[in-house]
Amino acid sequence: MTRKDLILLICFIVAVLAAPVILEPVGAGYPDLLQKFAIFGIFAIGFNILFGLTGYLSFGHAAFLGVGSYTAVWTFKLFSMNPLPAIILATLLGGLFAVLIGFICLRRSGIYFSILTLAFAQMSYNLAYSVLTPITNGETGLQLAQSDPRVLDVAFGRDYGAVLPSSDFFGMTMTGYPGFYFCAVLLIVCFFLSIRIFRSPFGMMLRAVKSNQNRMNYTGLNTRPYTLAAFVISGMYAGLAGGLLAVTDPLAGAERMQWTASGEVVLMTILGGAGTLLGPIIGAGVIKYFENIFSAFNDGILMKAFDFLPETLQHVMVSISSVFVGEGWHLTLGALFMLIVIFLPGGLMEGFDRLRHSFSSRSGNDDSEVAASVKDAPPVTGGRP
Amino acid sequence: MSNLSVLQVNKRFGGLDALRDVNLEVKSGTVHAIIGPNGAGKSTLLNCFVGRLEPDTGSVTFDGKSLLGIKPHEINQAGVSRVFQTPEIFADLSLIDNVMIPAFAKRDGAFTLHAWGSVADERDIRATAMDMLADVGLDAKANDIAGQLSRGDKRRLELAMCLVQKPKLLLLDEPTAGMARADTNNTIDLMKRIAGTGVTMVVIEHDMHVVFSLAETITVLAQGTVIAEGLPEDIKGDPRVQEAYLGGAHL
Repeated sequence: MTRKDLILLICFIVAVLAAPVILEPVGAGYPDLLQKFAIFGIFAIGFNILFGLTGYLSFGHAAFLGVGSYTAVWTFKLFSMNPLPAIILATLLGGLFAVLIGFICLRRSGIYFSILTLAFAQMSYNLAYSVLTPITNGETGLQLAQSDPRVLDVAFGRDYGAVLPSSDFFGMTMTGYPGFYFCAVLLIVCFFLSIRIFRSPFGMMLRAVKSNQNRMNYTGLNTRPYTLAAFVISGMYAGLAGGLLAVTDPLAGAERMQWTASGEVVLMTILGGAGTLLGPIIGAGVIKYFENIFSAFNDGILMKAFDFLPETLQHVMVSISSVFVGEGWHLTLGALFMLIVIFLPGGLMEGFDRLRHSFSSRSGNDDSEVAASVKDAPPVTGGRP
Repeated sequence: MSNLSVLQVNKRFGGLDALRDVNLEVKSGTVHAIIGPNGAGKSTLLNCFVGRLEPDTGSVTFDGKSLLGIKPHEINQAGVSRVFQTPEIFADLSLIDNVMIPAFAKRDGAFTLHAWGSVADERDIRATAMDMLADVGLDAKANDIAGQLSRGDKRRLELAMCLVQKPKLLLLDEPTAGMARADTNNTIDLMKRIAGTGVTMVVIEHDMHVVFSLAETITVLAQGTVIAEGLPEDIKGDPRVQEAYLGGAHL
C-alpha cells in the first residue's frame, strides 16, 4: 500500500469511527441513520467495483440486497441470533446469486446488459411476492418468531425467553450505537478491500475492460471471467449490505428488491463519483441524509428557519421551500442530481478536486492535471461578438 | 521451417468472393508483405489469422497449430500479436498502464484473479514496460493519458503493446497509413529493428516505399486471389502485378 492510500485509509477510519460526533451538527448523529450510512456505503462501494471500474451498469443490484436480507433472517431463525453467521451466509449467497445472474447477463454489454439485470431483479421481486412466498413470506415480509428453532443458540444454551429476540453479537444488542459500530467496522474492511482491488493488477484489468474490450481480447486476455469476477464481488458486497440491514432490523421484505432500490445505488455512485474510492460512500451518505432529514422537515421547522424575515416574506419563503422538503424531498434530490451530472460529471469527488486545485493554484503551486481539466471547462462568461 | 501457413482459404460475404483459394506460407523470422489494391481482401485475410473472421473453407495453422475456431485471446496467447489499422489502445489509461497490461497478459495468462497484490509492487513488469516505451520513443510521456496522443504516437504505443509480449508472429495492418513522411521513415527504422530481433512479421501496406524497404517476400492479392508471390525485385517487374495494382503504370 502506498503512503497516500495509507493516509486515506487512516483518515477514513477516524472519520467513520467519529461519525456520531462529526455528523451531530447537521442533525445526522443518531444511530439509526448512521447505520444506514454505513450499510448503503458498503452497497455503493461494491456497486462501484462493477460500474466504476468495468463500466457495466447493473440495474438489478437490489436483488442481491434482498437475497442478503432474506438469508440473514433465515439464518437468525434457523441457527443463531449472532450476526456473524448471518452476514457470512448473506455474503456467500449474494455471491452465488451473482454468479448465476452474471453468467447470463454478461453475455451482453451496454444497454442490453442493463436491461437484462433489470429484468432479473424484477423477476426476483415478483417471485418473492408469489411463488416463493413459503421462503419470503410474501407481502408481510419475513419475520422472526418466538418459536424459531435457532439450533445453535439452543445448543449453546442461549434462551431468549418469552420475548421476540433481537440480533446480538456475543451479548451486544445490534441496535443503536453497537449496531452502528458493527456496521462501521465492516464498512472499513470493505473500503480497505476496495482500495486493494483498485490498486491491484486485477483492478487494472477491470479498467482495461471499460476502456477497450477489443484490445483486451487481442492482447490475450479473456474479458468474460474478469467481468464476472467484478460482478460477483459487487454481488457479495450487496449481499453483505442486505444482511446488515437484517442485522440492525431483523425483517426482510420484497420491496428491498424493487427497481427503485436498484436505481438508488446507481444514483449514489454517480452522485458521489463513479470510479473513485470515496465517492460512492459520500453519495450513499448524501442520499440517505436527504431521505431521512429533508423528508422530516415540515412547515413548523421552515417557519423557524425563516423567522428572521418580515412576516409576509416569511410566509412566501416557507410556501416556496415547503415544496422541496417533507414529501417533496425527491424533488430536491432530483434537482441536485441534475446539477451534478451537468456541471460535475465526475460527481461530488470531481467538485472536491476542483476546489482543492483552485486553492492550491491560488497559493502558487500550479498542479497540472486537474488545472488542465478546469481550463477545458467551457468559459462561464464571454458573449458572442 | 514454416511458421504461418494458409491453405486453400475461401471466404464469401453474400455474393462477394472476398477470398478465393488463398495459399500463403510465411517463413519463420522473415518480413512478409501482403499488397494489393483496395478491396483485394488483405484485411479479410488478416482477420482470418486472429479469429475475427472464420474462413468458409481452408485452414490457417501457426507452428503446426490451427488458428481456426479458437478465440482471439487464445490466438494471442499462442504468440500472435496484431497492430490494427486504426490504433486499438486503452485510451483512458496512461501509456505505462497500456504497456503493462499486455505484459501482465504474457506473464499471467488469459485470466488471473490478482486482486490482493499492488501494481506498484510489480517492479519487473513496470521496468519491462518502461524499456519498451523507451524503445519506441514514448518514455517521456509514460504517465500521459493515451487518448491524448497524436495518431502517429498511438500507432507506436500499440506497437509497443504488441512487442512487450515478445510475439512469435506480429501482424501489422497498414502501420504507416496517414503518417507524415518523417513519421513513416521513423516507423520503417523501428520495424527494421524489430525484424532484426527475429520476429516473424506480416505487413499489409499500401505505401510501396515501406514495402520495398522492409519486405523479404511479397504476396500480391487482387480480387481475393493471390496473383503473384516472390522476392521484391521479381514483384516489381511482374507485369500482372502492375496491371492489377496500378492499371499498367510502372512501380
